[in-house]
Amino acid sequence: MRLLPSGTGALLVELDDLHEVLGLYAALEHAMPDGVLDLVPAARTLLVVTDTGVASLSSVAQAIERLTPREDRLDSAELVEVPVVYDGVDLEDAARLIDCDTEELVRRHTAEEWTVAFCGFMPGFGYLVAEGWQVQVPRRSSPRTKVPSGSVALAGEFSGVYPRESPGGWQLIGRCSLAMFDPSRDPAALLRPGTRVRFIAEQRR
Amino acid sequence: MTRSVSVLAVGVVTTFQDAGRVGQAALGIGRSGACDRASYRLANRLVGNTEHAAVLEVTFGGLHLRADDDVMIATTGARCDGPSPHNAPMYLRRGWELRLGTPASGLRTYVAARGGFGAEPVLGSRSTDTLSGLGPAPILAGDVLEIRDPELPAPGVDLAPVPDPEGGDVTLGLVPGPRLDWFTDESLTTLAGEAYTVTSDSNRVGLRLDGEPLQRTRTDELPSEGMVRGALQIPPSGKPVLFLADHPVTGGYPVIAYVEDDDVDRCGQLRPGQTVRFVRRHGHGSWAPQPGR
Repeated sequence: MRLLPSGTGALLVELDDLHEVLGLYAALEHAMPDGVLDLVPAARTLLVVTDTGVASLSSVAQAIERLTPREDRLDSAELVEVPVVYDGVDLEDAARLIDCDTEELVRRHTAEEWTVAFCGFMPGFGYLVAEGWQVQVPRRSSPRTKVPSGSVALAGEFSGVYPRESPGGWQLIGRCSLAMFDPSRDPAALLRPGTRVRFIAEQRR
Repeated sequence: MTRSVSVLAVGVVTTFQDAGRVGQAALGIGRSGACDRASYRLANRLVGNTEHAAVLEVTFGGLHLRADDDVMIATTGARCDGPSPHNAPMYLRRGWELRLGTPASGLRTYVAARGGFGAEPVLGSRSTDTLSGLGPAPILAGDVLEIRDPELPAPGVDLAPVPDPEGGDVTLGLVPGPRLDWFTDESLTTLAGEAYTVTSDSNRVGLRLDGEPLQRTRTDELPSEGMVRGALQIPPSGKPVLFLADHPVTGGYPVIAYVEDDDVDRCGQLRPGQTVRFVRRHGHGSWAPQPGR
Protein backbone atom coordinates (compact mmCIF):
# COMPACT_ATOMS: atom_id res chain seq x y z
CA MET A 1 0.00 0.00 0.00
CA ARG A 2 1.29 3.44 -0.99
CA LEU A 3 -0.32 6.68 0.15
CA LEU A 4 -0.02 9.41 -2.48
CA PRO A 5 -0.89 13.09 -1.97
CA SER A 6 -3.99 14.33 -3.81
CA GLY A 7 -4.31 17.96 -2.86
CA THR A 8 -5.09 19.50 0.50
CA GLY A 9 -8.18 17.38 1.15
CA ALA A 10 -7.64 13.89 -0.26
CA LEU A 11 -5.31 10.89 -0.25
CA LEU A 12 -4.85 8.41 -3.07
CA VAL A 13 -4.20 4.91 -1.78
CA GLU A 14 -2.34 2.86 -4.38
CA LEU A 15 -2.70 -0.92 -4.10
CA ASP A 16 -1.33 -3.95 -5.91
CA ASP A 17 -4.54 -5.07 -7.58
CA LEU A 18 -8.30 -4.77 -7.75
CA HIS A 19 -8.74 -7.44 -5.10
CA GLU A 20 -6.88 -5.28 -2.58
CA VAL A 21 -8.88 -2.20 -3.63
CA LEU A 22 -12.17 -3.96 -2.97
CA GLY A 23 -10.94 -5.36 0.34
CA LEU A 24 -9.88 -1.93 1.60
CA TYR A 25 -13.04 -0.31 0.23
CA ALA A 26 -15.16 -2.85 2.13
CA ALA A 27 -13.14 -2.26 5.31
CA LEU A 28 -13.57 1.53 5.05
CA GLU A 29 -17.30 1.24 4.31
CA HIS A 30 -17.60 -0.95 7.39
CA ALA A 31 -15.70 1.42 9.70
CA MET A 32 -15.51 4.87 8.12
CA PRO A 33 -12.84 7.01 9.83
CA ASP A 34 -14.03 10.38 11.17
CA GLY A 35 -13.95 13.15 8.59
CA VAL A 36 -14.06 10.95 5.47
CA LEU A 37 -16.54 12.45 2.99
CA ASP A 38 -16.20 10.24 -0.04
CA LEU A 39 -14.46 7.11 -1.35
CA VAL A 40 -13.61 6.53 -5.01
CA PRO A 41 -12.47 2.98 -5.72
CA ALA A 42 -10.82 2.41 -9.11
CA ALA A 43 -8.74 -0.30 -10.81
CA ARG A 44 -5.59 0.07 -8.68
CA THR A 45 -6.40 2.92 -6.33
CA LEU A 46 -8.84 4.16 -3.73
CA LEU A 47 -9.29 7.92 -3.33
CA VAL A 48 -10.22 9.01 0.19
CA VAL A 49 -11.77 12.49 0.28
CA THR A 50 -11.65 14.15 3.69
CA ASP A 51 -13.22 17.12 5.41
CA THR A 52 -10.03 18.51 6.90
CA GLY A 53 -12.11 20.67 9.25
CA VAL A 54 -13.11 17.41 11.00
CA ALA A 55 -9.95 15.27 10.71
CA SER A 56 -6.46 15.94 9.41
CA LEU A 57 -5.14 14.03 6.41
CA SER A 58 -2.45 12.49 8.61
CA SER A 59 -4.99 11.11 11.09
CA VAL A 60 -7.01 9.64 8.20
CA ALA A 61 -3.79 8.16 6.76
CA GLN A 62 -3.06 6.49 10.12
CA ALA A 63 -6.60 5.10 10.28
CA ILE A 64 -6.22 3.62 6.78
CA GLU A 65 -2.88 2.02 7.62
CA ARG A 66 -4.40 0.36 10.69
CA LEU A 67 -7.27 -1.23 8.70
CA THR A 68 -7.37 -4.89 7.73
CA PRO A 69 -8.84 -5.47 4.25
CA ARG A 70 -12.08 -7.46 4.40
CA GLU A 71 -12.10 -10.76 2.57
CA ASP A 72 -15.81 -11.43 3.10
CA ARG A 73 -16.96 -8.71 0.70
CA LEU A 74 -18.17 -11.10 -2.00
CA ASP A 75 -20.41 -13.17 0.25
CA SER A 76 -22.18 -10.15 1.67
CA ALA A 77 -22.93 -8.36 -1.60
CA GLU A 78 -26.25 -8.77 -3.39
CA LEU A 79 -26.65 -10.62 -6.71
CA VAL A 80 -28.35 -8.79 -9.59
CA GLU A 81 -29.57 -10.67 -12.65
CA VAL A 82 -29.31 -8.67 -15.86
CA PRO A 83 -31.28 -10.00 -18.85
CA VAL A 84 -29.46 -9.31 -22.13
CA VAL A 85 -30.44 -9.63 -25.78
CA TYR A 86 -27.10 -10.43 -27.38
CA ASP A 87 -27.49 -8.66 -30.71
CA GLY A 88 -24.96 -5.82 -30.34
CA VAL A 89 -23.47 -4.29 -33.47
CA ASP A 90 -19.94 -5.27 -32.37
CA LEU A 91 -20.80 -8.82 -31.25
CA GLU A 92 -18.98 -10.46 -34.17
CA ASP A 93 -15.97 -8.13 -33.92
CA ALA A 94 -15.73 -8.76 -30.18
CA ALA A 95 -15.91 -12.54 -30.68
CA ARG A 96 -13.14 -12.35 -33.28
CA LEU A 97 -11.02 -10.21 -30.94
CA ILE A 98 -11.10 -12.94 -28.32
CA ASP A 99 -10.72 -15.79 -30.82
CA CYS A 100 -14.12 -17.44 -30.60
CA ASP A 101 -17.52 -17.37 -32.31
CA THR A 102 -20.50 -15.33 -31.11
CA GLU A 103 -22.22 -18.30 -29.48
CA GLU A 104 -19.10 -19.05 -27.48
CA LEU A 105 -18.77 -15.40 -26.44
CA VAL A 106 -22.38 -15.37 -25.18
CA ARG A 107 -21.84 -18.68 -23.39
CA ARG A 108 -18.74 -17.37 -21.62
CA HIS A 109 -20.26 -13.97 -20.83
CA THR A 110 -23.33 -15.59 -19.22
CA ALA A 111 -21.33 -18.33 -17.45
CA GLU A 112 -19.31 -15.89 -15.34
CA GLU A 113 -20.28 -14.37 -12.04
CA TRP A 114 -19.27 -10.73 -12.44
CA THR A 115 -18.45 -8.25 -9.68
CA VAL A 116 -18.75 -4.48 -9.86
CA ALA A 117 -15.17 -3.40 -9.25
CA PHE A 118 -15.89 0.32 -9.27
CA CYS A 119 -18.11 2.96 -10.86
CA GLY A 120 -17.13 5.93 -12.97
CA PHE A 121 -17.43 7.52 -16.40
CA MET A 122 -21.03 8.50 -15.60
CA PRO A 123 -23.46 7.96 -12.69
CA GLY A 124 -24.32 4.28 -12.40
CA PHE A 125 -21.74 2.98 -14.89
CA GLY A 126 -20.14 -0.05 -13.24
CA TYR A 127 -16.84 -1.63 -14.33
CA LEU A 128 -17.48 -5.37 -14.01
CA VAL A 129 -14.79 -8.02 -13.68
CA ALA A 130 -14.98 -11.82 -13.49
CA GLU A 131 -12.43 -14.34 -12.37
CA GLY A 132 -12.75 -16.56 -15.45
CA TRP A 133 -12.78 -13.63 -17.90
CA GLN A 134 -9.09 -13.24 -18.58
CA VAL A 135 -9.29 -11.54 -21.97
CA GLN A 136 -8.38 -8.04 -23.06
CA VAL A 137 -10.82 -6.55 -25.56
CA PRO A 138 -9.45 -3.43 -27.27
CA ARG A 139 -11.69 -0.38 -27.46
CA ARG A 140 -13.00 0.69 -30.85
CA SER A 141 -10.37 2.72 -32.66
CA SER A 142 -12.80 5.62 -33.02
CA PRO A 143 -15.41 6.02 -30.30
CA ARG A 144 -19.10 6.27 -31.23
CA THR A 145 -20.72 9.63 -30.62
CA LYS A 146 -23.94 7.88 -29.51
CA VAL A 147 -24.12 4.58 -27.67
CA PRO A 148 -27.75 3.65 -26.89
CA SER A 149 -28.91 3.47 -23.28
CA GLY A 150 -28.81 -0.11 -21.94
CA SER A 151 -25.98 -1.23 -24.24
CA VAL A 152 -23.98 -4.13 -22.80
CA ALA A 153 -20.35 -3.70 -23.75
CA LEU A 154 -16.77 -4.94 -23.39
CA ALA A 155 -13.44 -3.12 -23.10
CA GLY A 156 -10.13 -4.19 -21.61
CA GLU A 157 -10.80 -6.75 -18.87
CA PHE A 158 -14.17 -5.12 -18.11
CA SER A 159 -17.82 -5.53 -18.99
CA GLY A 160 -20.31 -2.70 -18.51
CA VAL A 161 -23.84 -1.48 -19.19
CA TYR A 162 -24.39 2.11 -20.40
CA PRO A 163 -26.95 3.66 -18.00
CA ARG A 164 -27.97 6.26 -20.58
CA GLU A 165 -27.20 7.32 -24.12
CA SER A 166 -23.70 8.75 -24.33
CA PRO A 167 -20.57 8.77 -26.45
CA GLY A 168 -18.47 5.66 -25.94
CA GLY A 169 -15.68 3.50 -27.34
CA TRP A 170 -16.55 0.08 -25.90
CA GLN A 171 -17.50 -2.91 -28.08
CA LEU A 172 -21.28 -3.34 -27.97
CA ILE A 173 -22.40 -6.95 -27.61
CA GLY A 174 -26.02 -6.63 -26.50
CA ARG A 175 -28.70 -4.60 -24.74
CA CYS A 176 -30.70 -4.79 -21.56
CA SER A 177 -33.90 -3.05 -20.56
CA LEU A 178 -33.21 -2.70 -16.82
CA ALA A 179 -32.89 0.88 -15.55
CA MET A 180 -29.26 0.92 -14.43
CA PHE A 181 -29.57 4.40 -12.93
CA ASP A 182 -32.68 6.23 -11.75
CA PRO A 183 -32.14 9.34 -9.60
CA SER A 184 -35.65 9.00 -8.13
CA ARG A 185 -34.94 5.47 -6.87
CA ASP A 186 -33.09 4.59 -3.65
CA PRO A 187 -30.42 3.46 -4.28
CA ALA A 188 -30.25 5.28 -7.60
CA ALA A 189 -27.56 2.99 -9.04
CA LEU A 190 -28.43 -0.68 -9.61
CA LEU A 191 -24.73 -1.59 -9.70
CA ARG A 192 -22.52 -0.48 -6.81
CA PRO A 193 -18.95 -1.49 -5.95
CA GLY A 194 -19.06 -5.10 -4.77
CA THR A 195 -22.45 -5.93 -6.33
CA ARG A 196 -22.43 -9.37 -8.02
CA VAL A 197 -23.96 -9.63 -11.49
CA ARG A 198 -25.11 -12.49 -13.68
CA PHE A 199 -26.02 -11.84 -17.32
CA ILE A 200 -28.95 -13.97 -18.57
CA ALA A 201 -29.34 -14.47 -22.35
CA GLU A 202 -32.78 -13.46 -23.58
CA GLN A 203 -34.29 -14.16 -26.98
CA ARG A 204 -34.68 -11.22 -29.33
CA ARG A 205 -38.17 -9.74 -29.10
CA MET B 1 -47.61 31.20 1.34
CA THR B 2 -44.96 30.53 -1.26
CA ARG B 3 -42.89 33.48 -2.39
CA SER B 4 -41.21 33.66 -5.78
CA VAL B 5 -39.24 35.70 -8.29
CA SER B 6 -39.84 35.69 -12.05
CA VAL B 7 -36.96 35.35 -14.49
CA LEU B 8 -36.97 37.97 -17.26
CA ALA B 9 -33.52 37.13 -18.77
CA VAL B 10 -30.72 34.72 -17.85
CA GLY B 11 -27.61 35.95 -19.67
CA VAL B 12 -25.21 33.24 -20.93
CA VAL B 13 -26.20 30.52 -18.47
CA THR B 14 -27.71 30.52 -14.99
CA THR B 15 -28.06 27.37 -12.87
CA PHE B 16 -29.12 26.41 -9.36
CA GLN B 17 -26.16 25.47 -7.16
CA ASP B 18 -25.66 24.45 -3.56
CA ALA B 19 -22.95 22.59 -1.60
CA GLY B 20 -23.29 19.62 -3.99
CA ARG B 21 -23.67 15.83 -3.71
CA VAL B 22 -21.26 14.52 -1.13
CA GLY B 23 -20.73 10.84 -0.32
CA GLN B 24 -21.90 9.33 -3.63
CA ALA B 25 -18.67 9.37 -5.66
CA ALA B 26 -18.33 5.58 -5.37
CA LEU B 27 -21.46 5.33 -7.55
CA GLY B 28 -19.93 7.58 -10.19
CA ILE B 29 -21.86 10.61 -8.92
CA GLY B 30 -19.69 13.73 -8.78
CA ARG B 31 -19.99 16.44 -6.16
CA SER B 32 -20.86 19.38 -8.46
CA GLY B 33 -22.09 22.45 -6.52
CA ALA B 34 -21.02 26.09 -6.69
CA CYS B 35 -17.80 26.67 -8.64
CA ASP B 36 -16.69 29.40 -6.21
CA ARG B 37 -17.67 27.90 -2.85
CA ALA B 38 -16.43 30.88 -0.81
CA SER B 39 -18.73 33.29 -2.68
CA TYR B 40 -21.57 30.77 -2.46
CA ARG B 41 -21.21 30.48 1.33
CA LEU B 42 -20.98 34.26 1.73
CA ALA B 43 -24.18 34.80 -0.29
CA ASN B 44 -26.07 32.44 2.01
CA ARG B 45 -24.59 33.97 5.17
CA LEU B 46 -25.58 37.49 4.12
CA VAL B 47 -29.27 36.53 3.98
CA GLY B 48 -29.21 34.18 6.99
CA ASN B 49 -29.59 30.91 5.09
CA THR B 50 -28.50 27.44 6.17
CA GLU B 51 -25.20 26.16 4.76
CA HIS B 52 -26.75 24.04 2.01
CA ALA B 53 -29.36 26.46 0.64
CA ALA B 54 -29.57 26.68 -3.15
CA VAL B 55 -28.53 29.91 -4.87
CA LEU B 56 -28.36 31.02 -8.50
CA GLU B 57 -24.97 30.82 -10.21
CA VAL B 58 -24.96 33.44 -12.97
CA THR B 59 -22.25 33.15 -15.63
CA PHE B 60 -21.03 36.52 -16.98
CA GLY B 61 -23.98 38.56 -15.71
CA GLY B 62 -27.15 39.31 -17.63
CA LEU B 63 -29.69 37.94 -15.13
CA HIS B 64 -32.90 39.98 -14.77
CA LEU B 65 -35.37 39.03 -12.03
CA ARG B 66 -38.66 40.55 -10.90
CA ALA B 67 -39.85 39.97 -7.35
CA ASP B 68 -43.38 38.50 -7.17
CA ASP B 69 -43.33 39.08 -3.38
CA ASP B 70 -41.11 40.98 -0.94
CA VAL B 71 -37.81 39.06 -0.78
CA MET B 72 -34.38 39.62 0.74
CA ILE B 73 -31.50 38.81 -1.61
CA ALA B 74 -27.72 39.22 -1.84
CA THR B 75 -25.24 38.98 -4.70
CA THR B 76 -21.62 37.87 -4.27
CA GLY B 77 -18.73 36.75 -6.51
CA ALA B 78 -18.30 38.68 -9.75
CA ARG B 79 -19.59 42.25 -9.28
CA CYS B 80 -21.94 43.12 -12.15
CA ASP B 81 -22.64 46.59 -13.51
CA GLY B 82 -25.88 48.00 -12.17
CA PRO B 83 -27.38 49.96 -9.30
CA SER B 84 -27.76 47.05 -6.83
CA PRO B 85 -25.44 46.70 -3.84
CA HIS B 86 -22.98 43.78 -3.94
CA ASN B 87 -21.78 41.63 -1.03
CA ALA B 88 -24.67 43.13 0.97
CA PRO B 89 -28.22 42.01 1.73
CA MET B 90 -31.02 44.05 0.12
CA TYR B 91 -34.79 43.94 -0.11
CA LEU B 92 -36.57 43.55 -3.40
CA ARG B 93 -40.14 44.73 -2.85
CA ARG B 94 -42.90 43.12 -4.85
CA GLY B 95 -42.61 44.30 -8.47
CA TRP B 96 -39.01 45.52 -8.10
CA GLU B 97 -36.37 44.18 -10.44
CA LEU B 98 -32.80 43.00 -10.10
CA ARG B 99 -30.83 43.67 -13.28
CA LEU B 100 -27.28 42.37 -13.43
CA GLY B 101 -25.08 43.91 -16.14
CA THR B 102 -21.74 42.41 -17.13
CA PRO B 103 -19.00 42.01 -14.52
CA ALA B 104 -15.86 44.16 -14.71
CA SER B 105 -13.82 41.20 -13.45
CA GLY B 106 -14.63 37.62 -12.52
CA LEU B 107 -17.07 35.26 -14.23
CA ARG B 108 -19.65 33.92 -11.77
CA THR B 109 -22.11 35.88 -9.63
CA TYR B 110 -24.10 34.18 -6.87
CA VAL B 111 -27.63 35.33 -6.04
CA ALA B 112 -28.99 34.09 -2.73
CA ALA B 113 -32.58 34.66 -1.62
CA ARG B 114 -33.50 34.53 2.06
CA GLY B 115 -34.89 31.00 2.64
CA GLY B 116 -33.11 29.54 -0.38
CA PHE B 117 -34.40 28.68 -3.85
CA GLY B 118 -36.80 25.72 -3.89
CA ALA B 119 -35.94 23.63 -6.98
CA GLU B 120 -36.62 19.89 -6.71
CA PRO B 121 -33.54 18.21 -5.17
CA VAL B 122 -31.97 15.27 -7.04
CA LEU B 123 -29.96 12.80 -4.93
CA GLY B 124 -29.86 15.22 -2.03
CA SER B 125 -28.80 18.36 -3.87
CA ARG B 126 -30.26 21.16 -6.00
CA SER B 127 -27.03 21.58 -7.96
CA THR B 128 -27.09 21.27 -11.74
CA ASP B 129 -24.22 18.99 -12.74
CA THR B 130 -23.44 20.01 -16.32
CA LEU B 131 -21.35 16.87 -16.94
CA SER B 132 -23.77 14.15 -15.77
CA GLY B 133 -27.00 16.08 -16.34
CA LEU B 134 -28.15 15.45 -12.75
CA GLY B 135 -30.11 18.14 -10.95
CA PRO B 136 -32.56 20.83 -12.04
CA ALA B 137 -32.53 22.07 -15.64
CA PRO B 138 -30.68 25.34 -16.33
CA ILE B 139 -32.86 28.37 -15.61
CA LEU B 140 -34.71 29.96 -18.54
CA ALA B 141 -36.40 33.32 -19.10
CA GLY B 142 -40.05 32.96 -18.08
CA ASP B 143 -39.31 30.58 -15.19
CA VAL B 144 -40.89 31.38 -11.82
CA LEU B 145 -38.45 30.47 -9.03
CA GLU B 146 -39.95 29.45 -5.73
CA ILE B 147 -38.30 30.72 -2.54
CA ARG B 148 -38.49 28.64 0.62
CA ASP B 149 -39.40 29.84 4.08
CA PRO B 150 -36.41 30.97 6.17
CA GLU B 151 -35.15 28.58 8.85
CA LEU B 152 -32.80 30.96 10.66
CA PRO B 153 -33.17 34.53 11.97
CA ALA B 154 -32.05 37.32 9.63
CA PRO B 155 -28.48 38.45 10.32
CA GLY B 156 -27.68 42.05 11.08
CA VAL B 157 -24.95 42.37 8.46
CA ASP B 158 -24.74 45.47 6.25
CA LEU B 159 -21.81 44.63 4.02
CA ALA B 160 -19.12 41.96 3.72
CA PRO B 161 -15.77 43.59 2.90
CA VAL B 162 -14.38 40.97 0.48
CA PRO B 163 -12.21 41.74 -2.55
CA ASP B 164 -13.65 41.39 -6.05
CA PRO B 165 -12.36 38.53 -8.23
CA GLU B 166 -9.07 39.42 -9.88
CA GLY B 167 -8.68 40.33 -13.55
CA GLY B 168 -5.43 39.81 -15.46
CA ASP B 169 -2.60 37.68 -14.11
CA VAL B 170 -3.54 35.39 -11.20
CA THR B 171 -1.17 33.43 -8.93
CA LEU B 172 -2.30 30.04 -7.63
CA GLY B 173 -0.74 27.82 -4.96
CA LEU B 174 0.20 24.26 -5.93
CA VAL B 175 0.67 21.14 -3.80
CA PRO B 176 2.12 17.87 -5.13
CA GLY B 177 -0.16 15.49 -7.02
CA PRO B 178 -0.12 11.68 -6.95
CA ARG B 179 1.68 11.31 -10.31
CA LEU B 180 4.39 13.93 -9.91
CA ASP B 181 6.93 11.17 -10.56
CA TRP B 182 5.53 10.62 -14.08
CA PHE B 183 7.03 13.93 -15.21
CA THR B 184 10.50 15.27 -15.88
CA ASP B 185 12.07 17.65 -13.36
CA GLU B 186 12.11 20.27 -16.14
CA SER B 187 8.32 19.93 -16.43
CA LEU B 188 7.89 20.83 -12.80
CA THR B 189 10.16 23.88 -13.28
CA THR B 190 8.13 24.83 -16.37
CA LEU B 191 4.81 24.45 -14.59
CA ALA B 192 5.96 26.61 -11.68
CA GLY B 193 7.69 29.17 -13.89
CA GLU B 194 5.69 29.80 -17.06
CA ALA B 195 2.36 31.58 -17.48
CA TYR B 196 -0.63 29.57 -18.71
CA THR B 197 -3.64 31.09 -20.46
CA VAL B 198 -7.26 30.10 -19.76
CA THR B 199 -8.80 29.04 -23.09
CA SER B 200 -12.38 29.45 -24.29
CA ASP B 201 -12.94 25.65 -24.02
CA SER B 202 -13.22 26.15 -20.26
CA ASN B 203 -16.45 25.54 -18.36
CA ARG B 204 -17.77 24.21 -15.03
CA VAL B 205 -16.01 20.88 -15.66
CA GLY B 206 -12.59 22.46 -15.87
CA LEU B 207 -10.23 25.10 -17.18
CA ARG B 208 -8.26 24.12 -20.25
CA LEU B 209 -4.93 25.90 -20.12
CA ASP B 210 -2.65 26.84 -22.98
CA GLY B 211 1.09 27.26 -22.60
CA GLU B 212 4.36 25.35 -22.53
CA PRO B 213 3.52 21.60 -22.74
CA LEU B 214 4.76 19.32 -19.94
CA GLN B 215 6.83 16.24 -20.72
CA ARG B 216 6.17 12.83 -19.21
CA THR B 217 8.94 10.38 -18.33
CA ARG B 218 6.68 7.40 -18.86
CA THR B 219 4.25 6.77 -21.66
CA ASP B 220 2.28 3.80 -20.33
CA GLU B 221 -1.43 4.17 -19.77
CA LEU B 222 -2.61 5.15 -16.30
CA PRO B 223 -5.56 3.08 -15.03
CA SER B 224 -8.32 5.61 -14.30
CA GLU B 225 -8.22 6.89 -10.72
CA GLY B 226 -10.30 9.10 -8.45
CA MET B 227 -9.76 12.86 -8.48
CA VAL B 228 -11.10 15.92 -6.70
CA ARG B 229 -11.46 19.52 -7.83
CA GLY B 230 -8.19 21.37 -8.22
CA ALA B 231 -6.48 18.44 -9.99
CA LEU B 232 -4.06 19.49 -12.74
CA GLN B 233 -4.45 16.61 -15.16
CA ILE B 234 -1.98 16.34 -18.03
CA PRO B 235 -3.42 14.81 -21.23
CA PRO B 236 -1.17 13.64 -24.11
CA SER B 237 -1.00 17.22 -25.46
CA GLY B 238 0.99 18.13 -22.32
CA LYS B 239 -1.31 21.11 -21.67
CA PRO B 240 -2.91 21.08 -18.21
CA VAL B 241 -6.62 20.71 -17.52
CA LEU B 242 -7.63 22.11 -14.12
CA PHE B 243 -10.70 20.37 -12.72
CA LEU B 244 -13.55 22.47 -11.33
CA ALA B 245 -16.93 21.62 -9.73
CA ASP B 246 -18.43 19.30 -12.40
CA HIS B 247 -15.24 17.26 -13.00
CA PRO B 248 -15.59 13.53 -13.68
CA VAL B 249 -15.21 11.31 -10.61
CA THR B 250 -12.26 9.47 -12.17
CA GLY B 251 -9.71 10.46 -14.79
CA GLY B 252 -7.29 8.54 -16.96
CA TYR B 253 -4.47 11.06 -17.28
CA PRO B 254 -1.79 11.62 -14.63
CA VAL B 255 -2.25 14.45 -12.11
CA ILE B 256 1.05 16.27 -11.63
CA ALA B 257 -0.19 18.64 -8.93
CA TYR B 258 -3.25 20.08 -7.21
CA VAL B 259 -4.25 23.71 -6.85
CA GLU B 260 -4.74 24.53 -3.15
CA ASP B 261 -8.41 24.14 -2.30
CA ASP B 262 -9.04 27.79 -1.34
CA ASP B 263 -7.48 28.88 -4.64
CA VAL B 264 -9.82 26.60 -6.61
CA ASP B 265 -12.62 29.03 -5.69
CA ARG B 266 -10.65 31.80 -7.42
CA CYS B 267 -10.23 29.51 -10.46
CA GLY B 268 -14.03 29.41 -10.72
CA GLN B 269 -13.87 33.16 -11.43
CA LEU B 270 -11.29 33.02 -14.25
CA ARG B 271 -12.25 34.06 -17.75
CA PRO B 272 -10.85 32.93 -21.07
CA GLY B 273 -7.78 35.02 -21.86
CA GLN B 274 -6.66 35.47 -18.25
CA THR B 275 -3.24 34.08 -17.34
CA VAL B 276 -2.35 31.97 -14.32
CA ARG B 277 1.01 31.44 -12.65
CA PHE B 278 1.60 28.52 -10.31
CA VAL B 279 3.66 28.74 -7.13
CA ARG B 280 4.77 25.62 -5.25
CA ARG B 281 3.54 25.46 -1.63
CA HIS B 282 5.08 23.23 0.99
CA GLY B 283 3.67 21.13 3.80
CA HIS B 284 1.44 18.77 1.80
CA GLY B 285 3.87 16.15 0.49
CA SER B 286 7.30 16.37 -1.06
CA TRP B 287 8.29 18.21 -4.24
CA ALA B 288 11.68 16.49 -4.16
CA PRO B 289 12.63 14.27 -7.09
CA GLN B 290 11.46 10.71 -6.44
CA PRO B 291 13.58 7.61 -7.06
CA GLY B 292 13.07 6.62 -10.66
CA ARG B 293 12.22 10.11 -11.84
